[in-house]
Amino acid sequence: MSSALIAADLAYWAQSLLRVLGGLVAVLLPAGTVVYLFLFKMMSFMQSRLGPMEAGPYGSMQLFAEVGKWLQKEDIVPANAQPEARIFKMAPLIVLASTFLLVVVVPFGPDAWFTDFEVGIFYALAVSSVSVLGILIAGWSSANKYSLLGGLRAAGQLIAYELPMVLAVVGVVIQAGTMNLQQIVVAQNAGSMFGWNGVGNPYILTQFVAFIIFMISVQAELTQTPFDMPIAESELVSGYMTEYSGFRFLIFFIGEFATAGVFAMIASVLFLGGWGVPFAWFGWTDMDSIDNWMNVVGPLILFTKMIVLVFFIMWVRFSFPRFREDQLQRFAWKILIPVSLVNIMVTAVLKVAF
Amino acid sequence: MAKPKVPGLFKGLGVTFGTLMRTATEGSNTIQYPHEKETPPIRARGVIALHEGNCTSCMLCARSCPDWCIYIEGHKELAPPRRAGGAPRKVNKLDRFDIDYALCMYCGICVEVCPFDALFWSPEYEYSEPRIADLLHDMTKLGEWMETVPEAPELEAGADKKGKK
Repeated sequence: MSSALIAADLAYWAQSLLRVLGGLVAVLLPAGTVVYLFLFKMMSFMQSRLGPMEAGPYGSMQLFAEVGKWLQKEDIVPANAQPEARIFKMAPLIVLASTFLLVVVVPFGPDAWFTDFEVGIFYALAVSSVSVLGILIAGWSSANKYSLLGGLRAAGQLIAYELPMVLAVVGVVIQAGTMNLQQIVVAQNAGSMFGWNGVGNPYILTQFVAFIIFMISVQAELTQTPFDMPIAESELVSGYMTEYSGFRFLIFFIGEFATAGVFAMIASVLFLGGWGVPFAWFGWTDMDSIDNWMNVVGPLILFTKMIVLVFFIMWVRFSFPRFREDQLQRFAWKILIPVSLVNIMVTAVLKVAF
Repeated sequence: MAKPKVPGLFKGLGVTFGTLMRTATEGSNTIQYPHEKETPPIRARGVIALHEGNCTSCMLCARSCPDWCIYIEGHKELAPPRRAGGAPRKVNKLDRFDIDYALCMYCGICVEVCPFDALFWSPEYEYSEPRIADLLHDMTKLGEWMETVPEAPELEAGADKKGKK
């Protein structure tokens, strides 16, 4: 690993401050982009309308208007939730905390990372489940039957789809031989296919089944339509979010779309080669020989890949009606998990064979 | 010409993506209302206009209104006789004819039921008010709407013929 560009000579507090600011940018920027680009514009265009047009040029300032509106609203705690008001108020923050913990391990460039974690992907999958706790707490402490139903459905769904997600990642981990996300990026970009290293070896080609399973699981983890049974607004009036208003609803909202962005980043790290370009293009061989400008270009490349993946997530979201609860569970347990287990076996056999 | 069979999932994705591209290239089906306005169809039910001279305050409209949003008060007046030496005529004079558009549900029964063609539909629709009480249009205001009532469209061929019954 080459020496860090910026953070090397700074004091500990300055490094921490930089990391906090970087974390805020890495969470809020994708969230804002995703909401504006996809939720406001792409959804509208797919319904043959233009979406917000008044705030700023082409409605680009609409997000600030929305945030301003939410911040002005009253922070209501329902009467039945008063005994556990503190827990009720805490729940959205737990969901958002899970997103911030998740972005910590995402590598943005050869030196642009928050932590270089040896079991990065393991940690990422672990902390992504923390949001289930927040959702369950939110559903329970709202003291409302719809919220409780939504929270329980969310718990059941997120746990069911956690498994195929983990199993899909195992295929990648076997092939890369490491759990370190930085090493996975390097393994893909430094790799070659049958001696030809023109595009490296992005795992979307060799692990295509795992990629599909991973993206479906991400869709379910984010509770986006067709897997939005927990927040089904037409039957559960937004499930666990029903009783939240103002700032706390905003936190849930940011959490949802920031997690979409961060999951898309992790997916592009795992399957599309992350921040890297195929190393053969510039004659690099390993981490040490990468030019420093990749620390600037790398995040942009990762961001572009993230946008592409979120496009697919949102495209599916805006196209399909939702699954019924039993169909949803059956799909996870009877199709996705067996397929991903087979994928692991095949990957392991091929890894040993080659 | 048999089309190749496409799974429904991909067909659905195709529909949304097709709409996305069509909106991006040809524009949306919606219009940006305050900036550009759509011309309503000529028989659109925008607002009800009152031709005061035709009204005999017979109260049929008020009685047939499903949510009682028409208020009529009138009195009888003596008018000069039509022929010299005749008895003075009794005519109904409107004192009040109000339609509360906060209540009106635009069913058009009053227009249909009026036996003397005193009520007309106008396609004007921009009369929202900051105060709900201002939606009560009085006789003068309803009379002003008459200017916006379009000419009745030509009857279809043969519609005015008096056939044998």
